[in-house]
Amino acid sequence: MPDGMQVDYNGLIPNNVGLNDDARVRKALETWHPGYIDWWKDMGPEGFQESLVYLRTAIGVDPKGWAKFDYVRMPEYKWGVLLAPAVEGRTIPFGAHKGEPAWQEVPGEYRAMLRRLIVIQGDTEPASVEQQRHLGATAPSLYDMRNLFQVNVEEGRHLWAMVYLLQKYFGKDGREEAEELLRRRSGNEDSPRMLGAFNEATPDWLSFFMFTYFTDRDGKMQLEALAQSGFDPLSRTCRFMLTEEAHHMFVGETGVARVLERTCAAMKEAGIADPNDIEAVRALGVIDLPTIQKKANLHFSLTLDLFGNEISTNAANAFNAGLKGRYREDKLTDDHQLTSDTYPVLRPRDGAIVEEQVPALSALNMRLRDDYVADAQAGVGRWNKVFEKAGINFRLTLPHVAFNRRIGEFSAIPADAQGRVLDAAGWEAVRDTLLPTEDDNHFVVSLMQPEHRAGRYASWIAAPKVGIDNKTGEFEYVKIHE
Amino acid sequence: MDHPPPRGPARIDFQTDPSRYRHWKLSIDGAVATLAMDVDPAGGLFDGYELKLNSYDLGVDIELADAIQRLRFEHPEVRAVVLRSAKEGVFCAGANIRMLGRATHAHKVNFCKFTNETRLGIEDSSENSRQFYLAAVSGTAAGGGYELAVTAEHIMLIDDRRSGVSLPETPLLAVLPGTGGLTRLTDKRRVRRDRADVFCSTEEGVRGRRAVEWRVVDEVVPPSAWEATVRQRALEWAAKSDRPADAKGVALTPLDRTFTDDGVRYSLVRVEIDRAARRADITLRGPDAPPPADVAGIAAEGAQFWPLRLGRELDDALLHLRANEAEIGLLVFRTEGDPAAVLAYDALLERAAGDWLVREVRHYLKRVFKRVDMTSRSLIALIEPGSCFAGTLAEIAFAADRSVIFAGVRAGDNKPPATITLSPLNFGAYPMGNGLTRLQTRFLGEPQTLAAAQATAGTALDADAADAAGLVTFAYDETDWDDEVRIMLEERASFSPDALTGMEANLRFAGPETMETRIFGRLTAWQNWIFQRPNAVGDEGALKRYGSGIKPAYNPQRV
Repeated sequence: MPDGMQVDYNGLIPNNVGLNDDARVRKALETWHPGYIDWWKDMGPEGFQESLVYLRTAIGVDPKGWAKFDYVRMPEYKWGVLLAPAVEGRTIPFGAHKGEPAWQEVPGEYRAMLRRLIVIQGDTEPASVEQQRHLGATAPSLYDMRNLFQVNVEEGRHLWAMVYLLQKYFGKDGREEAEELLRRRSGNEDSPRMLGAFNEATPDWLSFFMFTYFTDRDGKMQLEALAQSGFDPLSRTCRFMLTEEAHHMFVGETGVARVLERTCAAMKEAGIADPNDIEAVRALGVIDLPTIQKKANLHFSLTLDLFGNEISTNAANAFNAGLKGRYREDKLTDDHQLTSDTYPVLRPRDGAIVEEQVPALSALNMRLRDDYVADAQAGVGRWNKVFEKAGINFRLTLPHVAFNRRIGEFSAIPADAQGRVLDAAGWEAVRDTLLPTEDDNHFVVSLMQPEHRAGRYASWIAAPKVGIDNKTGEFEYVKIHE
Repeated sequence: MDHPPPRGPARIDFQTDPSRYRHWKLSIDGAVATLAMDVDPAGGLFDGYELKLNSYDLGVDIELADAIQRLRFEHPEVRAVVLRSAKEGVFCAGANIRMLGRATHAHKVNFCKFTNETRLGIEDSSENSRQFYLAAVSGTAAGGGYELAVTAEHIMLIDDRRSGVSLPETPLLAVLPGTGGLTRLTDKRRVRRDRADVFCSTEEGVRGRRAVEWRVVDEVVPPSAWEATVRQRALEWAAKSDRPADAKGVALTPLDRTFTDDGVRYSLVRVEIDRAARRADITLRGPDAPPPADVAGIAAEGAQFWPLRLGRELDDALLHLRANEAEIGLLVFRTEGDPAAVLAYDALLERAAGDWLVREVRHYLKRVFKRVDMTSRSLIALIEPGSCFAGTLAEIAFAADRSVIFAGVRAGDNKPPATITLSPLNFGAYPMGNGLTRLQTRFLGEPQTLAAAQATAGTALDADAADAAGLVTFAYDETDWDDEVRIMLEERASFSPDALTGMEANLRFAGPETMETRIFGRLTAWQNWIFQRPNAVGDEGALKRYGSGIKPAYNPQRV
């Protein structure tokens, strides 16, 4: 039953794409499956593979009732292929083919471009699992451990989603790319993941929360843009992935907020009013606020690099071809072709940062990044409510987009968090006030002591207000079996 | 919509030196030199484009050509040269597309021709100077970037699962790899033609094991072993070289030249332009003094050594005329001096052929004469009283489309009568792109004439003898000379410049095809045709639309 709302769990691979009737793709996926399981065991969460984790599993694609919660051993998780329901009569929403029926098969002329988009997206999914694989050992609570593993298994499922597209629509090349997705390794010198931020270590839980807040939000923006695709299977896949991705950002946003709450509470208990009295705050066993700001600076700037060059031919081509749209393309009211529009782009010019109007098609990466910054800003505002409520005089801010960049217009110039262009000496002078130092990281790591007792939370993080699946914070989210 | 012609320098200058490089970093460590591409995006020769991702324009290539030349002359100790990128993630993205999209057709053709000559120069370094080039490709080598890599004797590709090599011109730009990419795939790398077809129509190209299997690279190396392996391979190639370890290089000092409105004056070369006649008179001066006695004397003279100085000046003059004087369609060559003095230099060049520096000078003159062959202007040699078309300089007459010799002397003129004298250097030192000498090419159908000419080596042939030997087109005496020459030049100037370019290129390169003639021939026939077609350069064509995101619209008709 293709395009169904219910997931078929009868075969090896749960799906709602009629895999039973598609022997070729089923065989390809079944051939790929053992390699995936090997990858999961090698590169997935370290330890805890035998533990029972209270995970949600998709049982349908109806937004109202798609998930059920139960204890699962992670290697037995029902990874599968799930597409959002087909929209009857859907047309290509943008670009040169706007208004034509959405493609159900890959158009030959765009095959390479489409494959590249899918491979790059696909590569990020296992990458983050690899980056986070050591974190289980230092989980500050069973609740957080469960959230980590939920994020991990869903990133694994997102890999499945991309691999399905590769194997169904891209023939031999697609199968080879699917294999390659299992061979690259985050941070491996000889075989790194494709994008820089996905080769950075996630050494501690604050990094994990920042990553899920900032970097998974890039994933959300990319998925939103691909969900608009004129290639209908990609659109449907991404639409369903977005429902899962929302949880990852929830983990990030609430994770950071709980760290802030705990620090504020500890400061108040100890009567410390000055957030910059770092030694005193750290002595309380919580993370000082300036260090949290530095971590945010790091993850925000690394994530901006994922949007690529501000002015990009590839992005222009993908839009014009109808393959990758803008954030919420369907809510925008222009002509959706952009052939005569312009868009403002920030560029360094003679030591200053200026705004230039460039053809809108060329500036799509910039536009998506702008949408991202606005989206990320909203959560930062909610974090700052924590300080207001606690009466602590501190605000977290996002650094300027020119800060600490390695890709794009600003990669050539050092700039501070306010976007002031610096010389090399000026940058050296401020670097340690803006990015985590070795000392900062060392301190954060020193706090990462596991808390495996149900209902207990590590010293540096507050308990959640509510648990998962309407359970309380005391619920035993992971039954640890070492 | 027609773009205004891009603004650029008033005169494109082909002279530079490492202290002025904006795009390359040359470093030398013992026998191994590294030539690292680090293109300054803001350093384009013209307005209106940025040289992103190590993409290049003519200015970048002028520096490359300079570096290659200096490595040969100034660094006898360098036995291996590693071409690599100083930028992360990209080796070289090829010729800058926006530059190509905006450039005039003539500029594109000149640019491609010069880059081709430079690429062939790299191969000439490996083959004849025993200064071996290796390409260490980390990041993407696309289009002209791969064409640069493929000039090397050994191509290494980092196997980081991202870096790859490609010739994406057809799918991406609706043009061809214009710098010998297609020809080197099949002729040099011997890539199977169906694989080459797949390679050239796949935008992202190939990487990793497949790149080796298809022979588009020689080896792939994991990142952890990359630097050590690059070093190791360079040393292995260096060990095969016969270049001297203890010789002193010759500094290529700045040329002695003065530009005027109507020409250029060098120490040995004079270019005088008659704009109304669309003609440049190029006069080469023979040596004023006998050659040094031995190779030590040559080294002491350095860049002032007559053949080297003459070669550099003629080379620069040709490049200047090509790039900056598009309407000057007729180049008239003359020489001045004592033929015996030229022959004395030839004798030294022949006697000391085993010396590294003499080898460099001979191969450089060979390349300059090839540059003459490749110059798409009508070439006329006027062999007049007082001239010295002997040995090496006689090659100019054989490179010309026509040569005319003055029979006898002018009344009241005390200059000695015009002669042609052949030397051993006319019989092998300066092969053309087709692998034959100019005389072999000239006498393809007359081996007996070639043998007879060879028998005259060392003997000055007067007009009648030169005519009888088939070494000149016409011989005129004083009665006819002025009128015949004037009419010939005026007639030439009246023909279609396009037809002349095509006709001359067809007639100049008789005989066998080589990779080199195929590269230039294919460029001329196909690329220059495609560069004119709306599918590439029309307002809806691929070059114009590149980067806009808007798909080019092609005329489906096959021609």
